[in-house]
Amino acid sequence: MSSRITRTLTIAAFAASLAACSSVPLDQNGANGAGSDSASAGQVMDPFNPQSPLAQQRSVYFDFDSYTVPEQYRSVVEMHANYLTSHQAQKVRVEGNTDARGSSEYNLALGQRRSDAVARMMKLLGVNANQIEAISYGKERPKAQGNTEADYAENRRADINYQR
Amino acid sequence: MTVFTASGFIGRLWRRATTAGLGLALAAVASTTAHAQLRVDISGVGATQYPIAIADFSGAASSTSTPEVIRADLTRSGQFRLINAAGANLTAQSSVDYGSWQSRGADYLAYGTVAQNGGQYTVSYRLVDNVRKSELDSAVFSGGEAEMRRIAHRIADRIYEKITGVRGVFSTRIAYVLQTSNGYELQIADADGQNPQVMLRSKQSIISPTWSPDGSKLAYVSFESGKSVIYVQTLANAQRQPISNYKGNNSAPAWSPDGSHMAIVLSMDGISQIYTINADGSNLRRVMRSPLIDTEPNYTPDGQSLVFTSDRGGSPQIYKVPAAGGDAQRLTFSGSYNISPRVSPDGQQLVYVTRRNGAFRIASLSLGSGSEQILTDGPDDQSPSYAPNGMQVLYSSIQNGRSVLAVTSIDGRVRQTLSVLNGKVREPAWGPFTN
Repeated sequence: MSSRITRTLTIAAFAASLAACSSVPLDQNGANGAGSDSASAGQVMDPFNPQSPLAQQRSVYFDFDSYTVPEQYRSVVEMHANYLTSHQAQKVRVEGNTDARGSSEYNLALGQRRSDAVARMMKLLGVNANQIEAISYGKERPKAQGNTEADYAENRRADINYQR
Repeated sequence: MTVFTASGFIGRLWRRATTAGLGLALAAVASTTAHAQLRVDISGVGATQYPIAIADFSGAASSTSTPEVIRADLTRSGQFRLINAAGANLTAQSSVDYGSWQSRGADYLAYGTVAQNGGQYTVSYRLVDNVRKSELDSAVFSGGEAEMRRIAHRIADRIYEKITGVRGVFSTRIAYVLQTSNGYELQIADADGQNPQVMLRSKQSIISPTWSPDGSKLAYVSFESGKSVIYVQTLANAQRQPISNYKGNNSAPAWSPDGSHMAIVLSMDGISQIYTINADGSNLRRVMRSPLIDTEPNYTPDGQSLVFTSDRGGSPQIYKVPAAGGDAQRLTFSGSYNISPRVSPDGQQLVYVTRRNGAFRIASLSLGSGSEQILTDGPDDQSPSYAPNGMQVLYSSIQNGRSVLAVTSIDGRVRQTLSVLNGKVREPAWGPFTN
């Protein structure tokens, strides 16, 4: 958990610096524009390039029984929001997840609170509502299959998925 | 005497199933009987049990199965105590020595004959009251080999109703989702868990199956397209269509009692909210605006209100609201987690899932008095649904680490396990009366 946060913060700091100098018109065709969004440090801002922070940092983790974006993930959401505001043809799906405890339907609703929290933050950061679809998988697609607290924590998550 | 034919409709219904693409298959039910048979275990004893003897039926070779199915049905209800009828040697035409059966302890006696004519069977049955020394019922059914279990369930239904005064549910059906390593199967089985049939196979999750009031259709939520979409599937011809596919989630379908509407849950405006639509998907209407989650709607039997789960008060609790919209009234106050409400067929009580000391248990609430009763022990009991006669509740459960379907009487005294042999069984829903 701590290493994930550290890495996130590192990339977030970088993304923030990127955002500061990214007024250059960017390639509108994000899906095919590998390399065209690369910043000065060589970071590729392409959600479909596995080396890009946009591809590597797609998850927001939530605390137990919490449905607000934790402070340490704010920068991740900002990074994606920056990309999306400059690539208005690009659509994303924000997918909320929960741990396995409780009913399918109530967990679907809880996962939606998580994806909705991320989507709202993106909209506040200037992303058009029609670029975002917030959905939930509830407890239907657990990334971690076990029943330990660590597994539950891994599943309290919203993923940002770029649509091709 | 009344004559019934159990053949025809059901057979036609299954045979007309077709297959569809998209990595999921609509199964032609007759040809793909599911491998996993459900096993029944019973624990607990009801408060009042009617002592009844079910004599072996005379006649054809397959005559042994009919009384066995009847005995199993009546035992499973928890409301009957079987009296040994060995050596009865009765046919449907026999005259009964009431006194000797009464002295054996059997207040009631059922007996009959199975006659075979080629592939057709004729089942004649009689039910007598040994105390009042009178005949309570008689009927004749006919059908092929495949209909024999169904005929036995219908006889058990008649016995149950004649003696308890309440309509039997032995010939109703249940729907549930079986999750295996290969994916998900929406299955339908008889109320005793036998004769499971696959209605839909999918690599992606299927949740929230719910029967139309006439038993001809199932609505359910499928993730086959990559997100939750509500489908309605007609059982007779396996035709299915998306009935709600709006932006965000489409989930938690519930039919109105007259079948004309559905309550559904959409997240098109952010978080999950309750809407109603016509049964064909038209005329979308939002029921209310809630600051937090509203989900799991279920109509009251008069169709005038919806009960639902909401965390608007800080923890998930059950509320009631007019179906046309208006002020919601909170119904549950014990504990900090009460979800998945279902209203009883008579509208007098709810069942729901409550979390107590970390265990998810099935509870019931009297809507008149507000008194609550915990029916099951947990640790992970989910998805309660009433039998159509309101006497039992079907739910999913984890027992000894295994995922099973279970049934409890509404007083919590008699519980049975319908045990699936392979896979995780989820989201059960008890179907309506259909005959």
